[in-house]
Amino acid sequence: MRLSSKVTTLLILAAVIAIAPVFFPSSYYFRVGSLIFVNGLAVTGLVILIGYAGQISLGHAGFAGIGAYACALAPVHLGLHPAFAALLGAALSAGIAFLVGRPILRLKGYYLAVASLGFGILVSMVLSNEAQLTGGPDGMAVPELGLRGALKAIGIDLSNTEFWYAFSGFVLVLGAWLALNLHHSPTGRALRALHGSEVAARTVGVDVAHYKLVAFVLSAVYASVSGSLLALQNKFITPDVAGFMHSIEMVTMTVLGGAGSVLGAILGAAILTTLPQVLTIFQEYEQLMLGLVMMLVMIFMREGLLPSITRRIRGRGE
Amino acid sequence: MSLLQIEGLGIDFGGLRAVNDVGFSLKPGEIVSVIGPNGAGKTTLFNMISGVYAPARGRVVLDGEDVTRMPPHLLARRGLSRTFQNLQIFQSMSVLENAVVGHHLHERGSVFADLFSLPAARRRSKASEDSARALLDRVGLGRAAEQEAGSLSYGALKRLEIARALALKPRVLLLDEPAAGCNAVETEEIDHLIAQVAAEGVSILLVEHDMKMVMRISNHIVVLDHGEKIAEGEPAAIARDPRVIEAYLGAQATEAKHADG
Repeated sequence: MRLSSKVTTLLILAAVIAIAPVFFPSSYYFRVGSLIFVNGLAVTGLVILIGYAGQISLGHAGFAGIGAYACALAPVHLGLHPAFAALLGAALSAGIAFLVGRPILRLKGYYLAVASLGFGILVSMVLSNEAQLTGGPDGMAVPELGLRGALKAIGIDLSNTEFWYAFSGFVLVLGAWLALNLHHSPTGRALRALHGSEVAARTVGVDVAHYKLVAFVLSAVYASVSGSLLALQNKFITPDVAGFMHSIEMVTMTVLGGAGSVLGAILGAAILTTLPQVLTIFQEYEQLMLGLVMMLVMIFMREGLLPSITRRIRGRGE
Repeated sequence: MSLLQIEGLGIDFGGLRAVNDVGFSLKPGEIVSVIGPNGAGKTTLFNMISGVYAPARGRVVLDGEDVTRMPPHLLARRGLSRTFQNLQIFQSMSVLENAVVGHHLHERGSVFADLFSLPAARRRSKASEDSARALLDRVGLGRAAEQEAGSLSYGALKRLEIARALALKPRVLLLDEPAAGCNAVETEEIDHLIAQVAAEGVSILLVEHDMKMVMRISNHIVVLDHGEKIAEGEPAAIARDPRVIEAYLGAQATEAKHADG
């Protein structure tokens, strides 16, 4: 039963990604879809940090910024292919997460939230202020990934939006697969154990500091890859990617959909990415309604949308 | 040769001497009980031995090695494991997973293998799952394996904690009120379980309020009052000790009688 929950999640995810385009009236929807997948990837990383390990970060957009600017800078300055630039960004994010995580993960609850917030702000300040390198608040151009051209050469001809829909969808499924593998693994159990009771986790031999760091580094890599994908598909990047609002969005998506569930968190990403587009018809009430939805979900469904709904359905079935 | 030796252990909270100059030792397979009235410092003593609190004075020696102030996860590697008076269960995990987590030291490997669900990681998970099921059967929770841990009764959770602690294959096991909240039948089961585990050579340090159980299974009893050791000896001698009767057993015996009646 538990083993198949992993397969079920992946099948649902892959099926939705594959079938949804049938209903797309215009290419604009491919664009929205790929944005959902990019956010979904960052949020899947936060499921590992928040949902599994029970730690909070309000600075993960900082890692998205590192991933994004690696794709913009490394091809120009180091002559790297954008794909390798993304990998370099991920490695850099992992390294920085390792160094930053060590001291701040000793903190708990809102102390950790504030410390991680500080980290995020630091990264976005650096990106804004190092104008000679990053173009400052005006942003900078990002080179073409070039994979679409390669696909065309072997006979798969996709439009730009279609390509990014498919490619980000693929990366999201891959990321979800890894996160789900982790859930049922010794590492995942250690993370969930320290979430449940740190003292009990310690007494069964879990090196709590080490495993918190593992979760932090992994989630940083997810955020970094998400930032790289965003930069590569937009072909332009501004420091907003590392901004405070982006960090808050990531956490809100995770918690709204259900931090304990990969599929739930991706649903949260889908809702909060789509809703603003839908709500534009209400114009000035858009932000207000968004806030209201988030408050209602948190009041009535504290575990997040998906876990609360499945629990309710199961409860009725019995 | 003693397996666990406690020497002059003490800790202060603010100005209060919570525990002072407590010492005793455990031989392999021995069951030593720590008794005393509420607030005597029994749980505090446990927390110092298991590395949750850092003692201000004294030493904890495990198998000849000074392990004073060593963090709990390193003590676990050296074969010291415990349960908690106020339950510390992983509530959102299944009963089985709670017991599987106890195998952490045997199943941990590279994060990479876990992420990609490599055969090595799956093999480790499978091995600890099999062992966890056997342990759950042993504590009588085999049929509840797939349930969410939070849904179990208090007594069942106590036994789940024991199963989780046993998963470490400990040499020293600290049990903090394992029979609290259990009915007579459950208490007897736990009683048998403890005796069995001790018979396998595991040293057991027990805090328990059920005096009948303590007198029945202990090889040795240490009595605490106001954080100090006031007596120590075999159960029969302790039961006769006037200081012990005054500090603890008298009050407890009357209480117990009322509760039984």
